[in-house]
Amino acid sequence: MPKDDGIGASTKRREDTRFLTGNGKYTDDINLRGQTYVHFLRSDVAHGRIKGIDSSAAEAMDGVLRVFTAADFDSAGGIPCGWQVTDKHGQPMQEPKHPILAEGKVRHVGDPICAVVAETYAQARDAAEAIEVDIEELEPVVDMKAALKDGATKVHDDLSSNLCYDWGFVEENKDAVNEAFNNAAHVVSLELTNNRLVANPMEPRVAVGDYDPWGDSHTLYTTSQNPHVIRLLMGAFVLNIPEHKLRVVAPDVGGGFGSKIYHYAEEAFCTYAAKVLKRPVKWTSSRSEAFISDAHGRDHKTKIELALDADHNFTALRTETYANMGAYLSTFAPSIPTWLHGTLMAGNYKTPLIYVNVKAVFTNTVPVDAYRGAGRPEATFQIERLVDKAARELGVDPIELRRQNFIKPEEFPYQTPVAVVYDTGNYHATMDKMLELSDYAGFEARRAESAARGKLRGFGIAHYIEACGIAPSNLVGQLGARAGLYESASVRVNATGSISVYTGSHSHGQGHETTFAQVVAEMIGVDANSIEIHHGDTSNTPMGMGTYGSRSLAVGGSAIVKATNKIIDKAKKIAAHLLEAAPEDIELKDGKFSVAGTDKSVDWSGVTLAAYVPHNYPLEELEPGLEETAFYDPSNFTYPSGAYGCEVELDPETGKIDILRFIAADDFGNIVNPMIVEGQVHGGLAQGIGQALLENCVYDDQGQLLSGSYMDYTMPRADDMRGFTVDHSCVTPCTHNPLGVKGCGEAGAIGSPPAVVNAAIDALHRAGHTHITHIDMPLTPSRVWAAMNG
Amino acid sequence: MSKVTMTVNGRKMAAEVEGRTLLSGFLREGLELTGTHVGCDTSQCGACVVLVNGQAVKSCTAFAADLEGAEVTTVEGMANPDGSLGNIQQAFQDYHGLQCGYCTPGMVMSTAALLADNPKPTEEEVRHYLEGNICRCTGYQNIVRAVMAASGQDVGALAAE
Repeated sequence: MPKDDGIGASTKRREDTRFLTGNGKYTDDINLRGQTYVHFLRSDVAHGRIKGIDSSAAEAMDGVLRVFTAADFDSAGGIPCGWQVTDKHGQPMQEPKHPILAEGKVRHVGDPICAVVAETYAQARDAAEAIEVDIEELEPVVDMKAALKDGATKVHDDLSSNLCYDWGFVEENKDAVNEAFNNAAHVVSLELTNNRLVANPMEPRVAVGDYDPWGDSHTLYTTSQNPHVIRLLMGAFVLNIPEHKLRVVAPDVGGGFGSKIYHYAEEAFCTYAAKVLKRPVKWTSSRSEAFISDAHGRDHKTKIELALDADHNFTALRTETYANMGAYLSTFAPSIPTWLHGTLMAGNYKTPLIYVNVKAVFTNTVPVDAYRGAGRPEATFQIERLVDKAARELGVDPIELRRQNFIKPEEFPYQTPVAVVYDTGNYHATMDKMLELSDYAGFEARRAESAARGKLRGFGIAHYIEACGIAPSNLVGQLGARAGLYESASVRVNATGSISVYTGSHSHGQGHETTFAQVVAEMIGVDANSIEIHHGDTSNTPMGMGTYGSRSLAVGGSAIVKATNKIIDKAKKIAAHLLEAAPEDIELKDGKFSVAGTDKSVDWSGVTLAAYVPHNYPLEELEPGLEETAFYDPSNFTYPSGAYGCEVELDPETGKIDILRFIAADDFGNIVNPMIVEGQVHGGLAQGIGQALLENCVYDDQGQLLSGSYMDYTMPRADDMRGFTVDHSCVTPCTHNPLGVKGCGEAGAIGSPPAVVNAAIDALHRAGHTHITHIDMPLTPSRVWAAMNG
Repeated sequence: MSKVTMTVNGRKMAAEVEGRTLLSGFLREGLELTGTHVGCDTSQCGACVVLVNGQAVKSCTAFAADLEGAEVTTVEGMANPDGSLGNIQQAFQDYHGLQCGYCTPGMVMSTAALLADNPKPTEEEVRHYLEGNICRCTGYQNIVRAVMAASGQDVGALAAE
């Protein structure tokens, strides 16, 4: 076994060579013969009634093939929602129709009204400007609390109100929680906003629909994190195309971060229009269009309270959150503020009683759904900000207050009061590791040095828990998911011993082509270069649920392990036959099968050749060939955790915050490729720090998106941050998947926002600004300056 | 339509272009050099950076028709003559300076322009220079390390403060 490509090796990524030479194949790089181009005419008002559409001038323009409106989709279904949440009274959520093109009303800036298909993109765009849409503007609903007031304008006329659901968790615990607050020695509370964000993968969304009239079959090339999910949702619920007539291909995808999980109207449009026009139809989103059509993230407003006893033990926690759904329910939107948020409200602590209330609200804004972390950053931000505030109010060390209330290593598995069971963890170890790496002991000297230069230095801590490896299908089914959340793999061993692996998960930056090959190489003992990983095409991969929720290795990798074990079992039987021994006496090591205790052996390719050229083969007992498929359904979530430390320097003259050090000590369980894990954490940190200091999606009171381009929405850039120290030496392996892995994709984005804000508040307090207990993200210079001088 | 002649990655190209055709579109659609990516429409993201007469240019800001006689280098022209990864490309792989790969062509080309101008940049200079290139995946730390390594400098010390 070459040491540099098995489990635990920082193998360099094989996908890099094509990306670095300009040979990646992204969806926009696909151009089909006879291709046409669509441009969507989108609403420029947040809320209005469509009185009329006159597209006659547009249709007469050069190159225009057709202008589509909602009337063209009478027989199609709406874009479906994949999760039904039940409210605190046991009633299903309100679920409005989400049409492909606006029907009767427009409900957010960016809502598509017409689709113009032309010979060139420029012609389509020019023609869209010639369409006259008569819209009667209605009062927009933008603010969540105003949206719930009696008499508020309704986003959806056919719903009873703008409330999607009012969810209580655990509703039966509510009275006990309130009682604990009545008996508390201390109560600490905080009101905060989790700022709305835009995922902004660097590749905008693209869809190319193709139709083969001779086979009545459709192909959709799309920028998706989960092509099988798109095929299922679009085929079964929107366009009524059976799976065998619908192929969905997600080729190289330039980042997703959640925003490419969902089935979008543009995908259904291109698929449908290609059949109507009998020509391929391509849509390429501009960045401006992405801002008003990609699902946004976060956007919670929360009041959270913590009850403590006289010894500072946490006794109860309760929250009230308003969660913005936007104008329509995106694919997994209802699950984010509920099951991916409420179930994490225990954090790393032994709080015995918890009650979470979430009111999900429709507004005239772009739909909101999962964005890196999805519900768990919101939970972590609330808890870790509040624990810090509690320490300050009680006059105790925030590290010690956390340690005192941590679940202890010997208390795992740990049943939380919010349904989930943490299988393993060691929060004391990650906290110790973070403090060691931060040179926390040297902080005071560094602070004094900053002070000598007139700068305020602070150190902030956060400790997070997340639930990854989404998810046990039977559990999520009970919670309202309309899908299973297993993963799949097929391992096809070829005659000469090379191996083709087909995974249902999808790589859009995570490096699966490298890491998954490392796993199989380690198991069989062959060179990883003899293994190829295939993903992204429903025509050759088994039905799988795709990549999100840090699930690819924990769930998808487990499916690969399962399929590979089946391969090894069969290969041992073949080897036993060739070596005239019993299968149970066969050992596989370094790609060689041998009979235990003898020098008789046959190598891997000898067995694989026998499987496909079965001349000397036990045909009466064993089928020829060597190809196996496995589906893996996890028995629990995985629970990565970690301690994050952030050291900032704040300029009191301007309010500007510089991050000087950021230390992440994560427990991801076992690790396949440390280099890739480190990269994942870096990326997550940048997005979390972006949320904390820079990024904000802003609507005005008319529902106009003020941050609709990179001129207005502050993306983190190379000189906005530095100094990440990432450690993953604290390992408590996951106890319920075969690799002992937990997932690392979202941790950085989950743990970093509270660490940054806690560091800023720490800097301010150490400088005497003790009246500042909280500043809402992003902590821009103006907000910090205003807090100091306001 | 007007005729434009350019040298792209060392090869002379001639084509008819509309006046509104951007260099990025000309490269991608006209020449099928799809390594140059378009990530925004406000000339902010830098995914489309190429070299024009040796200078880093956001190819979405230039009209193809204006570049008569220009020497253009794209990411497709950055490998060694034998097809192996060029120095900058190799450093990006070695230091895991890319994930999804979408911003990567622009990063590689901006790096080429930086190192041509400043062969041994400091970390500060690298971070400042790459301000015009947005990456959403990496958090930039490994990109900075890759650029420093491509310039032949020790990257071991790149960490806190």
